[in-house]
Amino acid sequence: MKVVIDTELCQGHGRCFTMAPNLFSFDDLGSGVVIGDGTLNDETIELARLAQLNCPEHAISIEE
Amino acid sequence: MSINPPVEDFATDWDHADPEWVNNPYPIWEDLRERCPVAHTERYGGAWFPATHEGVSKIANDTENFTSRAVIINNGRPDGEDIPAPIGGAPPITSDPPFHQIARRLILPALAPGPINALEPRVRSLCVDLLDEMKDHKVVNGGMDYAQHIPPAVISRMLGFPEEDEELFRSFVHLVVNAIDLPVEQRIEQFQPVIDYFEIQIEDHRANPRDDLTSYLLDVEVAGEKLAIEHVFGTMILILIAGIDTTWSAIGASLWHLAKSPDDLARLVNEPNLMPIAIEELLRFYAPVTMARLVNKDMEYMGCPMKEYDWILLGFPAANRDPKVFEDADRFIIDRLENRHLAFGLGIHRCAGSNLARMELRVAIEEFIKRYPRFELMDPDAVTWAPGQIRGPRNLPIRILS
Repeated sequence: MKVVIDTELCQGHGRCFTMAPNLFSFDDLGSGVVIGDGTLNDETIELARLAQLNCPEHAISIEE
Repeated sequence: MSINPPVEDFATDWDHADPEWVNNPYPIWEDLRERCPVAHTERYGGAWFPATHEGVSKIANDTENFTSRAVIINNGRPDGEDIPAPIGGAPPITSDPPFHQIARRLILPALAPGPINALEPRVRSLCVDLLDEMKDHKVVNGGMDYAQHIPPAVISRMLGFPEEDEELFRSFVHLVVNAIDLPVEQRIEQFQPVIDYFEIQIEDHRANPRDDLTSYLLDVEVAGEKLAIEHVFGTMILILIAGIDTTWSAIGASLWHLAKSPDDLARLVNEPNLMPIAIEELLRFYAPVTMARLVNKDMEYMGCPMKEYDWILLGFPAANRDPKVFEDADRFIIDRLENRHLAFGLGIHRCAGSNLARMELRVAIEEFIKRYPRFELMDPDAVTWAPGQIRGPRNLPIRILS
């Protein structure tokens, strides 16, 4: 499973990299960026879900 | 307090300067959500207030039918002639697409997490200094002794203004966002000292360029040209006004909550890892900021007969309490996991300073509860709230417990 940010929807609220700094970072404008290729394991899936549940723009999705 | 007549019915005659709204708006919004999702008033030249998450989101994302040219409701109903489009008076918050994106991209790098995180040690030492000053006091004022001093020091440093002018900045903020029910002539007259002050600062930066946002705005080029001075001026005003009493209000409201919620205070003290989640719940529950839009044309919208230049008040704090989106919306849940709150707005106008605000709020709370792990409201009735579109406690006497 992979976590993905839709860059069209992201407005830089910063919720993902605040809640889950091991999974998400940010670019020069403060938009959210997935670290690496976004592949999730049993430990990181919960953090990815937490970020997803906190994104006001619904920009984060978890792909099978 | 408001000089407007008292409100009879908030569904048809709402007024965000009314004492009932200022002191406790939440029951009003709950009632409006159930009765009429979009409330109306003839005050301020005509204005609408969507009370639901759905209504707020829809309008925030609809930059075709609504313009951001004016974002603070006042008695000077804009007729289109007096507000420069598409820049607006304080870009990018007052700008519409496509210019909005140009103006926003200019300031986002300075407000991105990298440079903001670098400010954290400075904010922390400021908080520690403020706490040192109130040491040994049995009663401290969470608003006047603490919250109100933190954002101006940070913002004046970013803009390169003298820190000792802090009191002056607060008076500017008061004029723009609190003194909303003054007659328009009086507002213009009172605004002159703000213009004079900024002109002096701009002149000083022209003569002595330095590493701060003012020099950056004077120097930066878009498509090979420097910014119009109105643009520089407007963005400086925006950063000063939007960066001060918003965060001050969030810090104050958070202290107010912890002072009356000993269980939440104890959890935060004992479980520091809870802080990031708790901060978002504090932001959801006490979101300080509402922003205005103007209707672009006569139209029927969400069942309402809107007229061109009617105001819209986007109640992000009301959206944050909508039970259709938030489970137990009216309960403060310090470890709430699902929390898509709109404290920093929604869409292209997401608060550009949100990284700074969140960092200041977190550090201010961390340092306060570290110094004072137990405290309570000294007198709940003595707490006063700022009127207008930015809501937070001003007088906040707190008793320190041993």
